[in-house]
Amino acid sequence: MQSLKRNALSMSSLLGLTFVTMLAAQLLVFIYVPTEETMGVVQRIFYFHVPLAWNSFIAFAVVFVCSILYLRRRDMKWDRLARTSAEIGFLFASLVLITGTIWSKTAWGTWWAWDPRLTTTLILWFIYLAYLLISAYATEESRGARYAAVIGIIGFLDVPIVALAIILWRTQHPGPIIFEGGLTGAMLLTLMVCILAFTLLYFCLLVQGTSLRRDRNEVKMLKRSIDEGK
Amino acid sequence: MYRSEGLKGSADKILTIVWKDIKSEIRTKEIATSLVAFALLVIIVVSFALEPGENTSTIAAGILWVAFTFAGVLGLSRSFVLEKDKGCLQGLMLCPVDRSLLYLGKMLSILVFMLVVEAIIVPVFIVLFNQHGFPPQLLVIVPLATIGFAAVGTLFSAMAVNTRARDVMMPLLFLPIAAPVIIAAIKSTGLVLSGESWGAIASWLGVMAAFDVIFLAVSPLVFEFVIEE
Repeated sequence: MQSLKRNALSMSSLLGLTFVTMLAAQLLVFIYVPTEETMGVVQRIFYFHVPLAWNSFIAFAVVFVCSILYLRRRDMKWDRLARTSAEIGFLFASLVLITGTIWSKTAWGTWWAWDPRLTTTLILWFIYLAYLLISAYATEESRGARYAAVIGIIGFLDVPIVALAIILWRTQHPGPIIFEGGLTGAMLLTLMVCILAFTLLYFCLLVQGTSLRRDRNEVKMLKRSIDEGK
Repeated sequence: MYRSEGLKGSADKILTIVWKDIKSEIRTKEIATSLVAFALLVIIVVSFALEPGENTSTIAAGILWVAFTFAGVLGLSRSFVLEKDKGCLQGLMLCPVDRSLLYLGKMLSILVFMLVVEAIIVPVFIVLFNQHGFPPQLLVIVPLATIGFAAVGTLFSAMAVNTRARDVMMPLLFLPIAAPVIIAAIKSTGLVLSGESWGAIASWLGVMAAFDVIFLAVSPLVFEFVIEE
């Protein structure tokens, strides 16, 4: 009981911290930071795009580590963490693709310019889609966990090769002019706060998602034991 | 386990598994025939999009690898479907053979089948697409890419066979993971078909070799977790 209270307390302080940081990030993005000269107001999507991309990568790295730990220790705790992290990473990667295409349309004039980073994210998106599907479609719960862990490992090891192949491929075409020319102090500050806000959001979702998964499992077990008792 | 029995013992076991697959294939001719026909149909269907004479070496290379990739997906998924449906997988798992040797055996037999199919398709492709001669670089590109396909494909095939939507799961797993190999194979084939030398494709060969080495090292280690009951 004591530990439950302590958990609830630390959870609500994490939520509070995330809320305040996210609020500060919004204020910085929409009010404080100056509009970028060449691209105009649409450049502000950058402050969502980059933190999301960064966090989706963190999420997939967490999947990789937790997958190895699960296969070694066979503790469902690691499986829950890995699967929840994959869900969040997949959500973030989807948002990266959406914000990326919107930005690309205004900055380069095309929705999809086969930019190396966006294309790599697209392949990653498909790899983790397969991850989520295999754990859902496996014939048994324990199989799903093992298969997911294997994809979590293989998929993450594949990331650098995918990135390398796509960069090599794109450099053979005339690449679009990428927004370059350093960030001013105000922009850098805004970006940093946004990255912090989204990282906190990731951890919030991770903690919540994992405990939801655990509770769901517990309910399933209880139901089964009630059925058997009848 | 395979450390104690030495390299020769392991090689014998791997070859026994490969030979078992080859023998059953010689008797049924199920995989090779259907894959060759399928790959040719893919080439023909994709060619409908082109005007005759319009094809460039880049497009031709793309079509060739689309055919190989899809035929590969089909062949790879067959490999474990047969084992599973006839209860052979259980027999294999009961054998006193290390799981990583089991993986290598299945991987090698899939590799042999795919290489045979590709050896039949390439000459037909060269005729259909009016290519001038056979670029010797293909003798390196095709095996390098196919090893990559077989390395991850064997793993995914063993997984997909135990899922509910197994025919759909295989391409969904295989295509994104194999994306770097597919890109490298298409680009390097395009380059050699347009007459480029070895130097131009070196970095692509590097990508494929890196993929092959990484996944040939990792897949036998995780295969154990895939087929465990």
